[in-house]
Amino acid sequence: MDIKRRASAGTLESSDVLISVRPADKLILKIESPVFAQYGEQIEKVCREVLAAFNITSGEIHLQDQGALDCTIKARLETAVRRSLSQDD
Amino acid sequence: MIRSLLFIPGNSPVMLQNGAVLPADALILDLEDAVATDQKDAARTLVASALHTVDYPKEIIVRINSFDSDYWQQDLEEIIPLRPQAIMPTKCSDSSTIRSIAEKISELERQSNIGEGTVKLIPLIETARGVLNAYEIASASPRIVALLLGGEDLTADLQCERTKGGKEIFYSRSSIVIAARAAGVEPIDTPFTDVDDDEGLIEDAKLALSLGFSGKAVISPRHLAAINEIFSPQAEAVKYAREVISAIEGAKKAGKGVASLHGKMIDAPIVSRAKRVLEQARRLGLPLED
Amino acid sequence: MNQKVVSSITEALHRTEIKDGMTLSFHHHLRNGDYVLNLVMAAVRELGLKDMTINASAIFDCHLPLVDLIRDNTVTALECNYMGALVGRSISAGILEKPVIFRTHGGRPADLERGKAHIDIAFIAAPTTDTQGNISGKYGPSACGSLGYAFSDARYADKVVAVTDNLAPYPLTDFSIPETEVDYVVPVEQIGDPAGIVSGTTRITRDPIGLLMADMAAEAISASGLLQDGFSFQTGAGGASLAAAFALEKIMLREGIRGSFASGGITSQLVDMQKKGCFETLLDVQCFDLGAVESIRDNPQHREISASRYASPCTDDAVVDSLDVVILGATEVDTSFNVNVHTNSQGLIMGGSGGHSDTAAGAKLAIIIAPLMRARIPLIVDHMHTISTPGETVDMLVTQYGIAVNPNQVELADRLRQNRLKVISVEELQEIAENICGKPKALKNEGRIVAEVHYRDGSIIDTIRQACS
Repeated sequence: MDIKRRASAGTLESSDVLISVRPADKLILKIESPVFAQYGEQIEKVCREVLAAFNITSGEIHLQDQGALDCTIKARLETAVRRSLSQDD
Repeated sequence: MIRSLLFIPGNSPVMLQNGAVLPADALILDLEDAVATDQKDAARTLVASALHTVDYPKEIIVRINSFDSDYWQQDLEEIIPLRPQAIMPTKCSDSSTIRSIAEKISELERQSNIGEGTVKLIPLIETARGVLNAYEIASASPRIVALLLGGEDLTADLQCERTKGGKEIFYSRSSIVIAARAAGVEPIDTPFTDVDDDEGLIEDAKLALSLGFSGKAVISPRHLAAINEIFSPQAEAVKYAREVISAIEGAKKAGKGVASLHGKMIDAPIVSRAKRVLEQARRLGLPLED
Repeated sequence: MNQKVVSSITEALHRTEIKDGMTLSFHHHLRNGDYVLNLVMAAVRELGLKDMTINASAIFDCHLPLVDLIRDNTVTALECNYMGALVGRSISAGILEKPVIFRTHGGRPADLERGKAHIDIAFIAAPTTDTQGNISGKYGPSACGSLGYAFSDARYADKVVAVTDNLAPYPLTDFSIPETEVDYVVPVEQIGDPAGIVSGTTRITRDPIGLLMADMAAEAISASGLLQDGFSFQTGAGGASLAAAFALEKIMLREGIRGSFASGGITSQLVDMQKKGCFETLLDVQCFDLGAVESIRDNPQHREISASRYASPCTDDAVVDSLDVVILGATEVDTSFNVNVHTNSQGLIMGGSGGHSDTAAGAKLAIIIAPLMRARIPLIVDHMHTISTPGETVDMLVTQYGIAVNPNQVELADRLRQNRLKVISVEELQEIAENICGKPKALKNEGRIVAEVHYRDGSIIDTIRQACS
């Protein structure tokens, strides 16, 4: 499935993450995080799992992380993807 | 026993995380008033994700959107599979909405292989009709374990000013206590909303305790310590309860039908109150000896 | 007479016969509002001097112009007890060839006393001085209260220059540093920005986790057995530390406990506690806010102390050695209770010991208070970037998930448990944090050494490496 419309979820408050999705030719994951050195791989893994669960194969996923935990990243990405997909109908 | 119930805004990752360690007996994870209309989906997903991941060593209550909104069913669909201890329906004015919500919960419990009746209900009474129908509401489902009074919405409905002294909700408070106790559930008081008035908080909580409430909702973590303290059995009450029980046991041993303490006869209500106080103290881990 | 007053900083530099390679010292009582270090160093650069060493009791963000002075070799060595994050970032990036020497607030005067450090010229920001160099911090438009950190500089430097924006007629009676130690007096327009010198009022944190930990710390102090008449106490100015003092005040007033003294950096909150009878005396090495400045001026029970008397390991009777309890912060802690306050989770310099390791060593009960994680980064790590304070001087760690007690304090742990406080091992705390945050990938800076951390006894307790990125 492709990301066909722009959508976002989350905030830039501490311990949250603002995730924006938009159409792209392939699947692109852009992660900005103050804890990238320690948790970059883990953040990417969580995102890939959520995207796989929605069968997303293309789209640009942009995370502006403020030190969010995995459960927050997962929830925000799910919300962003659902918001994007719900406009397709 | 639940003395303090802390509201946690459902769309705040940091508060959902902090809630786990704050000294509240219960958390009310709020999907309703604390969440803007365009963030209902985000909050619902965030709360579900938190319930799935965070280890909350306390009771979890999820406040869902009102029965006349477009969200309450979706709220339940995402939250019930995660087995919160209770759901808090809002603006409950009669028993029929409670029954509809309870039915929906039953359906979801079956789908998720959760024993039917696992998830409890704590209706929020915050309308004039709700106060009048409080007993009917409290008796509407075996899931109901408590009633919470919501003073802010109620005074709006009553078209009166909400004051710190709370005269305007005195009747409603007493009504809720009577209805809840009659139905065998716990009455829980409305929160005190001025976060900077510590004395006012204590006065308000003591008033609620004196009317028969067993706990109080809280909107600021700073209020938790005082609320827990006020709704815990006090050292003197525990001491008196111990004396009552030992007097009763002494009388039994002596073969007397009637026991007395400090020259007063101990009747059945005194004994049951003493037992309740000791049970509360035991559960809270309060010292039972001198 | 009046030969001491000179017309400009440049003239003072000439009079002191400043040369390449000298060590110049500064105190940090004007904190982030200090103009003096930048003013003096601009004049030093103007004269084309090179290879200078700066020995400042602390470097703040306002001293960012230092970075340019380092780039053009005006300054080639730095010594301080604390360094703010802005200058710290450049040092961590490796702009200075020689390692920075970090001392403690007690170690700095001790090193001057025992000849391990030497100052050629001390520049003393003077909120008020008379024409002969009797200096006070209590008066003037840039009043900062105590001048505790400047005493050793005045005494041990070869030459001493007072820089002031409030020149008073001779003699100033209520002085802290006497004219006998001062060589020159330079009037300038302004020595600092009052808004940066002292904050108006220090507010108690509203962060629920900070308040929770503060209550836990106060209850732990109460349970420790140390909270009785004659109690002595020090706390930092961080949110949770201040809140802990507030929680302690409630307990002291409720139980009618009359303490002996509070020491270190003084806030208006401690001033209030002294007024209410919680403490007989305030021993003040540094004023943090206006309330403290007013109090040290007007209240005879609020005394100024020198850094040496406050914390020097050379004296037999430093104030820290009489402390019952100190509450301190941390950026990282390891499972041996070692504490880092020099570098952040990326290993970048953003602080320093200050009085951290001095008070931890001196106090009967040294409490670290810190949230178990900050923006996902766990507090407790396997390998810290920097050891600032050795674990054997730290007695307990208060986090929102429970209190870890140093295993060498068995009785203390029992007392806390008896008072129904949640005692938990530091390893368990680490596990809780890693369950919540995930195990962080260990970062190790392996560049060259950019700073040495000198413990209060003069030994090098750790080194700080150049940051990777």
